[in-house]
Amino acid sequence: MFFSLAAVEVGEHLYWNIAGLTVHGQVLLVTWLVIAIILTITVLGTLKLEQVPKGLQNFVEAVFEYVSGIAKDQIGEHEYRPWVPFVGTLFLFIFVANWLGALVPWKLIKLSEGELAAPTNDINTTVALSLLTSLSYFYGGFKAKGLGFFARYISPTPIFLPINILEDFTKPLSLSFRLFGNILADEIVVSVLCLLVPLFVPLPVMVLGIFASSVQALVFATLSAAYIAESVE
Amino acid sequence: MNPIISGASVIAAGLAIGLAAIGPGIGQGTAAAQAVEGLARQPEAEGKIRGTLLLSLAFMESLTIYGLVVALCLLFANPFAG
Repeated sequence: MFFSLAAVEVGEHLYWNIAGLTVHGQVLLVTWLVIAIILTITVLGTLKLEQVPKGLQNFVEAVFEYVSGIAKDQIGEHEYRPWVPFVGTLFLFIFVANWLGALVPWKLIKLSEGELAAPTNDINTTVALSLLTSLSYFYGGFKAKGLGFFARYISPTPIFLPINILEDFTKPLSLSFRLFGNILADEIVVSVLCLLVPLFVPLPVMVLGIFASSVQALVFATLSAAYIAESVE
Repeated sequence: MNPIISGASVIAAGLAIGLAAIGPGIGQGTAAAQAVEGLARQPEAEGKIRGTLLLSLAFMESLTIYGLVVALCLLFANPFAG
């Protein structure tokens, strides 16, 4: 007489053993799907390039313009072009990953252990992305200034040395935690609301989640471009 | 799990997220107020004001999210359990 319409439980990840390393299988599966979607759209949109774009090429060009706008705003007119692929990839990957996690009915696919969701709800993914940003701003700094790059640790005054060193650790930390916390928190809130009132009440939170996750993609890409700009100027 | 650790973790998790919501709440309210005032003075700058406001809100939001991550860590991945 009492049946369960919804349930929430803490489960286990789906672990795969590849070459002696243990990885989270469900994150890899959705990541591959995200990569496949982005590649398909870009390849199909640029197959037959026309001077006056229409249809899919128009959409792809609009996305490209938006993404290079992000890089141009932060890095400046003269040096932004080499960084557009990196910043654009960050933005597109995080955006498509978050939206896929929120919009696709993953529950239909039953895994042996764990369940499919946005890949960015795993701290490993977001830490990897922010370490990529760290690596790229170090690379940019070295390429632009050589060993003079280390002069930024004692600017504006040498008293700032511990703060600047700490900043090298807090930048990737804050980037990764911001994205991870936003996505995981939204998923937990939606699942708890679905447990309490499965009809209609989770919907506003899901819409908020979609909006917030796209803003987080923009923030991640903008901050990466800003860090690169800071070390390249 | 040791009951003292369980109890302390639960209290700590609640405090972490509760206190973490205060500061950014005030900050975001101030930011939105200034944005609305700027919009009232110059309605044609709406696009830029809205874009800057959303970006700033996301930054302030992340401070609350740090508290949430600590709370989640205490509840689901407690390093002192067992």
